[in-house]
Amino acid sequence: MTETTKKTGVSRRTLLKSTAGLAGLAAGSGAITGFPYVMSAEPKVLRYLGTAVNEGDDISKQCLKDTGIKIEYITATTDDVTKRVMTQPNSFDVLDTEYFSLKKLVPSGNILALDSKKIKEFDNITPVFTKGETPGGKKIGNQGTAPWKVLYLEGKDSKKFATSATEFVTLIPTVYNADTLGIRPDIIKRPISSWSELLNPEFKGKASILNIPSIGIMDAAMVVEATGKYKYADKGNMTKEEIDLTMKVMTEAKKAGQFRAFWKDFNESVNLMASGETVIQSMWSPAVTKVRSMGIACTFQPLKEGYRSWASGFCVSKGVSGPKLEWAYEFVNWFLSGYAGAYLNRQGYYSAVLSTAKAHMEPYEWAYWMEGKAAEKDIKAPDGSLLEKAGAVRDGGSYEDRMGGVACWNAVMDENDYMVRKWNEFIAA
Amino acid sequence: MDMSEEVLQQASPGLIPGSGTARAAKPTRLSPSFISWLQAGPMMLVFLAFFLIPLVFVVIVSFWDYNEYQLLPAFSGRGYTDTFEGCIAQLPDLCTIAKTYLKTLKLCLMVWAITLFIGFWVAYFLAFHVKSKTWQMGLSLLCTIPFWTSNVIRMIAWIPLLGRNGLVNSGLVKTGLINHPVEWLLFSEFSVVLALVHLFTFFMVVPIFNSMVRIDKSLIEAAYDAGATGFQTLVNVIIPLAKPGIVIGSIFVITIVMGDFITIGVMGGQQIAAAGKIIETRVNALQFPAAAANAVILLVITFLIITMMSRIVDIKKEL
Repeated sequence: MTETTKKTGVSRRTLLKSTAGLAGLAAGSGAITGFPYVMSAEPKVLRYLGTAVNEGDDISKQCLKDTGIKIEYITATTDDVTKRVMTQPNSFDVLDTEYFSLKKLVPSGNILALDSKKIKEFDNITPVFTKGETPGGKKIGNQGTAPWKVLYLEGKDSKKFATSATEFVTLIPTVYNADTLGIRPDIIKRPISSWSELLNPEFKGKASILNIPSIGIMDAAMVVEATGKYKYADKGNMTKEEIDLTMKVMTEAKKAGQFRAFWKDFNESVNLMASGETVIQSMWSPAVTKVRSMGIACTFQPLKEGYRSWASGFCVSKGVSGPKLEWAYEFVNWFLSGYAGAYLNRQGYYSAVLSTAKAHMEPYEWAYWMEGKAAEKDIKAPDGSLLEKAGAVRDGGSYEDRMGGVACWNAVMDENDYMVRKWNEFIAA
Repeated sequence: MDMSEEVLQQASPGLIPGSGTARAAKPTRLSPSFISWLQAGPMMLVFLAFFLIPLVFVVIVSFWDYNEYQLLPAFSGRGYTDTFEGCIAQLPDLCTIAKTYLKTLKLCLMVWAITLFIGFWVAYFLAFHVKSKTWQMGLSLLCTIPFWTSNVIRMIAWIPLLGRNGLVNSGLVKTGLINHPVEWLLFSEFSVVLALVHLFTFFMVVPIFNSMVRIDKSLIEAAYDAGATGFQTLVNVIIPLAKPGIVIGSIFVITIVMGDFITIGVMGGQQIAAAGKIIETRVNALQFPAAAANAVILLVITFLIITMMSRIVDIKKEL
């Protein structure tokens, strides 16, 4: 990548010289004084729009150290990220977003697919993304917006998703996880094994779900299916009748006082659980870890119906070209080269390129996070704080077991408009 | 600057020291009404640019069509028809929008009544019982404390107090008043009203206080001399004279509560419908025309309420 640096350096020199010539000695002398030190040319800055998941000071600092690229984070919620791409596509360079929003983003033409041939580790990306199976060969549920359905475009400027592999990749995979219900085992005091427990009257007034309609309804569908009331063809793409049915079940539960509160924000979910306001709720992996690090028992409970999964990746704004596009590739390549992957794995997420992340982790860390083995030593978070004591085993076990148990993916439905209206009705009920 | 100085000069000769006598002889070039327009001008421009024009856009967009990822600038009543979906078909059951507005109006009425009651007496205390201006100022500033924290902090802060294992519940259980913790203290209409009252009583206190301090004290003495009881003085003298403040405070509280969705969401555990919440959900789903249509409906309803209130008291006249 030094080549790029040099090239831009030369062009800047030429520019400076001509500017100096035009503007006269006074202006020129100022520029020339600093001349020998302007080795790295213009600073390499990328504006990075995304949710907080992939972002971290440690990641941006390491990236600056390794590549000289300065990352400027623009952090927003998933909804706001999408809104920003639609309304201000020139306000960011690199986009970090979830696969399910592609159904909205790609037709808008505001994002640019990346070329898989320029991604060094592309062939090493986990088959979870490319084939819909785990490295061990387990088939993964394909309901909802599974990443392999929207991974490729037919052409560079195409707005159609390709059914087989092409070199035009919508989002270069970075991070993903399998979500399930979080529970308070100290209060529930019995094994929980099914999504149907969320609506069990035993937990009346102590349950909660996520108040993001497109994700909340998926959790609701997992519950409906688990109770045996209905079997969906595709939970991530319901018909109007299926939406009505799902919302009817949820409305009845809401009216009966099943839910304590719905949450939307990471901290809300942590506080609900830690304070004992709820004992069973849809949750995110790091939120469970956070509750546990407060000394409160909390389990990210594997359930027999499987997990609801999500995944995100990188693309760039349509306005990015020239050297900036090269830096974007350099950054994405760096991101997949191991440091960031190990960082994400240590938080309980999964990295897209497993081999490079493994090289950046201690064997005992890898064994705990990825192989489902009991921790040989204390497990620490990236910031050094203690997460688990030696001997602990990860909830849900190994990567194979967790990702292999995925039943559906976060999605945007064809009937999204109808679903949003029904969600408002549900809240008003 | 010259221009405005001149205007100021015309409007009130003698205000700028040293220049009054020299120019006073000059004939007035600007008519008084023109000067009034100039004075109101800057505010009008701000209103035009940041309120009226955006509002016009909202109304226009509310009649557009949309798909998953963009606005379609073609006339469509979809935003409205979707909103009122089932309002006739579902009778006698109420449709979503009717339920939502009934709930919002109910919360609004409760918050209004309580803030008015508390606000009136706080203002009364500040205006008639606190003699020193400094203390009056200091005490009214105290009312702003609830605004010092963010919504998320506020939500998190209420849990240890009102939650199932919170201070109030454990206190009540210990004193033996209740056997089990009560649930309705948090994530309920009670907690929503509590939080809104806690926040917005201030908006009631300030205008009522402002009206009260301007009441001529001799009127109260006269009422006393004429043999009125304290209650009669309150009803016949103070309340009528504090009316403009009461109405302005009420307008503040009602408009804020009608549009609020953050406090209602956070304190209601996201389980209580609010007019603003519908708009938020629509915006987040990128359904801007539908959101705009809901905004227009909210605006119309709020406007109707305010019109009704200004029928009761002619604010312009009273001021």
